[in-house]
Amino acid sequence: MKLPPFEYACPTSISEAVALLASHGGDAKPLAGGQSLVPMLAFRVASPSLLVDLRKLAELRQIRITDNGVTLGAMVRWREILDDARLRTAHPLLVAAVEHVAHYQIRNRGTVGGSMAHADPAAEMPGIAVTCEAQIAVVGKSGARVIEAAAFFQGPLMTALRADEIITEIRLPQWPAKRRFGFQEFARRRGDFAMAAAAVFYDEDAGKLARNAHVGAIGVADRPLRLNAVEAVLDDNTIDDSIIAKAEAAASAAVDPADDIHSSGAYRKALIGVMVERALKGAASIG
Amino acid sequence: MTKPHTIGKRVLRLEDGPLIRGRGRFVDDLKFAGMLEASFVRSPHAHAAVRHIDTDAARRLPGVHAVFTCADLAPALTQERLPLQFRTDQLPADCAPPVLAKDEVAYVGEPIAVVIAQSRAVAEDAAGLVAIDYEPLAAISDCRVALRPDAPLAHRAKPSNLLIEFRQSYGDIAAAFGPAPHHARVNLKQHRGGAHSIEGRGAVAVYDLNEDRLTLWSSTQLAHEVRAFLMRLLRLDENQIRVVAPDVGGGFGAKFVLYPEEVALAVACLRLRRPVKWIEDRREHFLAAVQERDQYWDLEVSFDDEGRLLGLRGELIHDQGAYTPQGINLPYNASTGVTGPYIVPAYDLRVRVVETNKVATMPVRGAGYPEAAFAMERVLDRIAGALHLDRAQVRRRNLVPAEKMPYVTPLKTRAGSPVALDSGDFPRCLAMALEAIDYAGFAERQRAAWVKGRYLGIGIGNGVKGTGRGPFESGIVRIGRSGHISVYTGAMPMGQGIKTALAQICAEQFGVTADNVTVVAGDTAVIPHGQGGFASRQTITAGSAVHLAALAVREKVLSVAAHLLETGVEDLELHDGRVEVVGAPGSGLTLRQVAEAVSGVPGYAMPGKFEPGLESLQSFLPNSLTYGMGCHAVEVEVDIETGGIRILHYVVVNDSGRLINPMIVEGQLVGGTVHGIGNSLFEWMGYDDSAQPLTTTFADYLLVTATEVPNIEVHFLECPSPLNPLGVKGVGESGCVPAAGAIVAAIEDALSPFGVTISEYPVTPARLFGLIAAARS
Repeated sequence: MKLPPFEYACPTSISEAVALLASHGGDAKPLAGGQSLVPMLAFRVASPSLLVDLRKLAELRQIRITDNGVTLGAMVRWREILDDARLRTAHPLLVAAVEHVAHYQIRNRGTVGGSMAHADPAAEMPGIAVTCEAQIAVVGKSGARVIEAAAFFQGPLMTALRADEIITEIRLPQWPAKRRFGFQEFARRRGDFAMAAAAVFYDEDAGKLARNAHVGAIGVADRPLRLNAVEAVLDDNTIDDSIIAKAEAAASAAVDPADDIHSSGAYRKALIGVMVERALKGAASIG
Repeated sequence: MTKPHTIGKRVLRLEDGPLIRGRGRFVDDLKFAGMLEASFVRSPHAHAAVRHIDTDAARRLPGVHAVFTCADLAPALTQERLPLQFRTDQLPADCAPPVLAKDEVAYVGEPIAVVIAQSRAVAEDAAGLVAIDYEPLAAISDCRVALRPDAPLAHRAKPSNLLIEFRQSYGDIAAAFGPAPHHARVNLKQHRGGAHSIEGRGAVAVYDLNEDRLTLWSSTQLAHEVRAFLMRLLRLDENQIRVVAPDVGGGFGAKFVLYPEEVALAVACLRLRRPVKWIEDRREHFLAAVQERDQYWDLEVSFDDEGRLLGLRGELIHDQGAYTPQGINLPYNASTGVTGPYIVPAYDLRVRVVETNKVATMPVRGAGYPEAAFAMERVLDRIAGALHLDRAQVRRRNLVPAEKMPYVTPLKTRAGSPVALDSGDFPRCLAMALEAIDYAGFAERQRAAWVKGRYLGIGIGNGVKGTGRGPFESGIVRIGRSGHISVYTGAMPMGQGIKTALAQICAEQFGVTADNVTVVAGDTAVIPHGQGGFASRQTITAGSAVHLAALAVREKVLSVAAHLLETGVEDLELHDGRVEVVGAPGSGLTLRQVAEAVSGVPGYAMPGKFEPGLESLQSFLPNSLTYGMGCHAVEVEVDIETGGIRILHYVVVNDSGRLINPMIVEGQLVGGTVHGIGNSLFEWMGYDDSAQPLTTTFADYLLVTATEVPNIEVHFLECPSPLNPLGVKGVGESGCVPAAGAIVAAIEDALSPFGVTISEYPVTPARLFGLIAAARS
């Protein structure tokens, strides 16, 4: 459980970081908070020839809140999100989800960009990005580009990121003050990866009908999912017990999780329904 | 007897100051000039023939000093296998693990070679370069399947996977089942995981050329036994080897055995004449430290209309793993522990201990008693269910009543003495627990919750733990010329607080506070004999030895003082470290003056012809086990939609005899209970059908953390043991014994509207969800 040999670089600019990554032809890895990568090195399931430490890239550590939404620098740590009082109104769903991320020590080091790049299907941040239709800004040797969250995650630990690219920002669209939302997660122990989690939000029109419903599911597929079938159940309806029951059933029906050593697929399939139900009840202030 | 002044007090632990300040010294804190580090090459196969080992590439890596295989170590060793720790005629000698595997590996993680390098990282790099030509063989994972005639064999050369079969039997079992009005069948799968102390295993071997002495610093629970086995394996005498356990960050049983790594390290050190360190990493702990794992129980019970037990019979199949480093005490304890605190008129259990291609099993905190208690508590709950009787009532009718103490059963401990419950008031323990948890008011709480769609349940679990195993433990009490009091013992501290307890016991006789006593333990250099830390034994055995030694030294102090003061012993009293004439405060002598007097002056006679020194070495030899009793009562809530389980209220009532330090006892009980909660709800060491381990990180193998632990309410009933001079009973393991029975019963009770039966732990949300779904459909 000691790290394999590797070269280490700690660039002070993004362009330098990108050049370092490009120079190793796919065999270099960016190091953000190290909360996933370092254990993988210790287990020797990853052995890059070069680690490019991003910790000195100050421009990646900013949280910007504008009329267009919330922009999280890739090196923003979980603790900084929880400590930023502005985010409780600027993006309460993000804050609710981040409260479930790992444990105290890990939240002090783990980063938003690291979690996105690692792409664990049970992690909260990728789920929030997909649910909220975030844009992921990246930069590589051929320049900067923006990837939609829905296209970013391609499978367990697989993303659209190229070997020479690093994530710079995660852009979450603007959050209306009166938006209703809920986040529910079931984990074996507080802070563990989700057995299943649901992120939901919708806006209400003057007649209290749901508009623009977004429902995300975490931990029930090879990547975070938007559950369009559930959103269709919610949109243009009053969110009451009967609609929530339909949403619960639709959520379970929409996923087909595989069995693993900890749980049957059937369990997770039922669980995501319960998480959607409870998140919606929270959003609608029912029960 | 005067009122004790330090025994029974909540004295702060003497161990904690350095630990809290980060000044503890664990094996990994030890650094020696020229020290090298070791990494072991371990089998990735559950079962394979080893055709060839090529170490050339590893040896050539810069920074590597040596690579040793079985063939390299053999000339230095008197035998290629570890000695079976509990020497017995019943078991074949070839059941013990090899030091390093030679031509066959029998579990994933089995050590095959050791690399010694300038650093652990280089050693690990080199370990990856050792090329081993394996021929994979069929592996056996499930101990029930292993008994089938066509099952793969755990070891090629053996005729079957059955290591040993034995029977526990007494009473007229046929008669007990013949006319009995009621029968029930209970099938159980019990699973307990590994030990997972915060500090894993580890050792540093250092050779002193000048003294021709090997010192092994090891995170172990049995320094003297490790020394004895190494003397035998390496042809050394007592002057040539010293074993020291520095601070030990938990053991829980898994460090109560000599491991292959310790032997390999000692040989490597002697060969290279350099200090060599090996620190187990967590993955190695998962793969290669002993576990408890699986037992399958198939029980049949007969009982009368009142729910009284008439007979209990059945079978137990125990997964022993690939090797037997210690013995079969774990299934043996399980088989003799079943009757526990209850009267069972007739009993017959067939036990089969079966080899599989998994790491060896050995006692982990509880040592078979938790499994035994769970089996019996499940049986009693089934009886209550069958007769529609209150579960507490069924227990009251079957508990050994206080007036029948001591209660001798026909069962024998592995030492051959009867399983005899020496003291206690079991019904009182139960009554205290029921009162503390408001058992009487529970039905109303449960009904009120149902109205809100919530599911509460309550469970009760009883369990006894045989504690204070012999054959002996040793203690020296010495007052040096400084007047300072020291205790030396063969007992082994590993976080329990035993140093504090021994200091209190010793301090009591000299009228000083515990912090005036220095306790030195875990070092073969300070005392000739020792057994170490296991079986919740040290306060009983080492405590009694220290007590006897302190009494002897006290007596000598008084005799010497009486001689010096020209008065009678009966006119003296000893308090605050001074001997004073009764009724004359400030008179008399300090302990230092007394010690000086018997230290002698060159050329002059000893005063009063006293032997020199104030010192006594005593051993305490218990005749039989003393039984601590625990009753747990638990209230839980089950979320039927997620299978989530929340413990709402946890009550522990424990009789540990006389309490030396109630705070330490409380800590031990809470720790043991948390261990039991882990076993019941979280800890699962998974293997697939080909015996590949599935859960080898703490992300997959879940330990209980602070967020899962409820407030655990501890109550004491102090029924002193008649079997030792202090009246104490062991407590280190007690907390985990009744836990699973109580917790599982509470979960089952919460789901009583659905008629769910639980026969297996750990109870995970996914498994519980499946049971609920099956019961509803």
